[in-house]
Amino acid sequence: MSETPKSSRQKQEFEHALESSDRNVAQFEHKHRSFFGNVQHFLHGNPTMVPVIVLIFSIIIFGFVAGSKFFSPFNLSLIMQQVSIIGILAAAQSLVILTAGIDLSVGAIMVLMSVIMGQLAVTIGIPAPIAIIIGCIGGICAGGLNGFLVTRIKLPPFIVTLGTWNIFFALNLWLSGAQSIRSQTLDEIAPLLKFFGESIALGGARITYGSILMLVIFAVLWYILNHTSWGRHVYAIGDDKEAAELSGIRTNRTLITVYCLAGLVCAIGAWASIGRVGSVSPQSFQEANLQSITAVVIGGISLFGGRGSIIGPLIGALIVGVFNSGLRLAGVDVLWQVFAIGWLTIIAVAIDQWIRKVSS
Amino acid sequence: MSNTSQSVQPVLKARGIVKRYGRVTALNYADFDLYPGEVLAVIGDNGAGKSSLIKALSGAVTIDEGSIELDGKPIQFTSPMEAREAGIETVYQNLALSPALSIADNMFMGRELRKKGFMGKYFGALDHKEMQRLAREKLTDLGLMTIQNINQAVETLSGGQRQGVAVARAAAFGSRVVIMDEPTAALGVKESRRVLDLIADVKARGMPIVLISHNMPHVFEVADRIHVHRLGKRLCTIKPDDYSMSDAVAFMTGAKEPPAEDAA
Repeated sequence: MSETPKSSRQKQEFEHALESSDRNVAQFEHKHRSFFGNVQHFLHGNPTMVPVIVLIFSIIIFGFVAGSKFFSPFNLSLIMQQVSIIGILAAAQSLVILTAGIDLSVGAIMVLMSVIMGQLAVTIGIPAPIAIIIGCIGGICAGGLNGFLVTRIKLPPFIVTLGTWNIFFALNLWLSGAQSIRSQTLDEIAPLLKFFGESIALGGARITYGSILMLVIFAVLWYILNHTSWGRHVYAIGDDKEAAELSGIRTNRTLITVYCLAGLVCAIGAWASIGRVGSVSPQSFQEANLQSITAVVIGGISLFGGRGSIIGPLIGALIVGVFNSGLRLAGVDVLWQVFAIGWLTIIAVAIDQWIRKVSS
Repeated sequence: MSNTSQSVQPVLKARGIVKRYGRVTALNYADFDLYPGEVLAVIGDNGAGKSSLIKALSGAVTIDEGSIELDGKPIQFTSPMEAREAGIETVYQNLALSPALSIADNMFMGRELRKKGFMGKYFGALDHKEMQRLAREKLTDLGLMTIQNINQAVETLSGGQRQGVAVARAAAFGSRVVIMDEPTAALGVKESRRVLDLIADVKARGMPIVLISHNMPHVFEVADRIHVHRLGKRLCTIKPDDYSMSDAVAFMTGAKEPPAEDAA
């Protein structure tokens, strides 16, 4: 066995010039950057700051435009209530988008599960808690189907969830007969299904349990994503799936659990949506899929995966709520609300692209 | 010329391993020996089966036939995780780092530390502080510092720094063998030099290293023995002192027959 220490090894001729160069392998120096470079680096390290800044500015601007009505506790709690369902779906959507996938079926899973819960409890007469549990299991299975098709059959998430969106929507119409279950019927047979529509009065604010549920879901997902191995693996898979695989992560198993968890969150959202709407309506939340993606994108989660904080989509959903509420109070036509959200989405993605170009 | 290491048990030994991809045979009854404390370079032409050999040893592919032994015990890996648990760490050519995650996250990817006590046991809470402390310690051990921020995203590092993180990860956790696939391929002259010094540092700690490289000057500088791979199997092993670079290239491409006494 050769005992030659490295110093006595012969240097290659072309390397003699390096004799005097410094020998630290990985040196982390501070380079002088321009102002925009600094901003870019700061945002790269704190991707949620963009939506936070936008939220603060939009609150200030609409505060001026719409006046004191905007800041009334009632209006602020109303915004929370209005965004709660889209917020919950955005939480589920974020999980999938973090893995560099996309889930077009979140809204369809939610409506299907609300119909299942309603039909089981009202038409068949199963006790409401059991109907809710079955609905949640259904959500896990629906997500699991997406996950199975993505990982085992190796189809792109976009195509898989585009397909299951239609499948779940058709099942929903079949199971419900395209008929709503009315609010009075729910009150008589299964009032528990409307639980998340109830609210607590706090000053002038009316905070619904649905709003609180949304915050709890985000808090739990924040913990899971940042403080468990599973959460770190979700980020690693979205970042570079092959690298994650070589680092020893069982990527397919993790991906399936991501879709299952997203399905479960949608099912919990289904329960909350019954309270929000007051009835079980198979035709509700038709645009929820795309609105959830909007909230995620505005919230600074990269559609390319692996980047962004789960708190972003919560802020993103609130931004959409603040825009809608502020523009309505200012007496602006609804079409301009949609117009504004459209631009906001495009700008959010443009900022994400810019941040991702960060160089050392 | 007598090979003194013959009396020593190889750390990692493979006999007659075969790997087929459909009708392509990537490994055709290949042998492999790595002895304690040495740097073994593996060279071969493109398509000779170097990558497949390395993937077989590091658990990234499952072999169809043959046996692999670690410290004399037969092993059969079905995933890179199992190889890592057995103490074989690999630095892949693409580094297998997650660019958006921090240095600390990357070093502990797939083997995160949990907090002690209730939160860690029942809620899977990770011990971020301890992982950051250990990551910093491991990087400093290899003289890889001065790191400003262990929570810096890997994508903000230069090529050489990334290589440094990947090597540090392997050296920190590899208890038996470190495999490096083309560690200098993507680097400039100056950064390559640093990585070669790093290899010597890891070797100085008594860790045997398998080095796959196309760069003959680098191979001849750091290797104790050179394993020449050709047409899916080991052609011969030579000592860099006995042969010139052009001999090695000639063996590798089939332009020259290997010496009988060194033939495997």
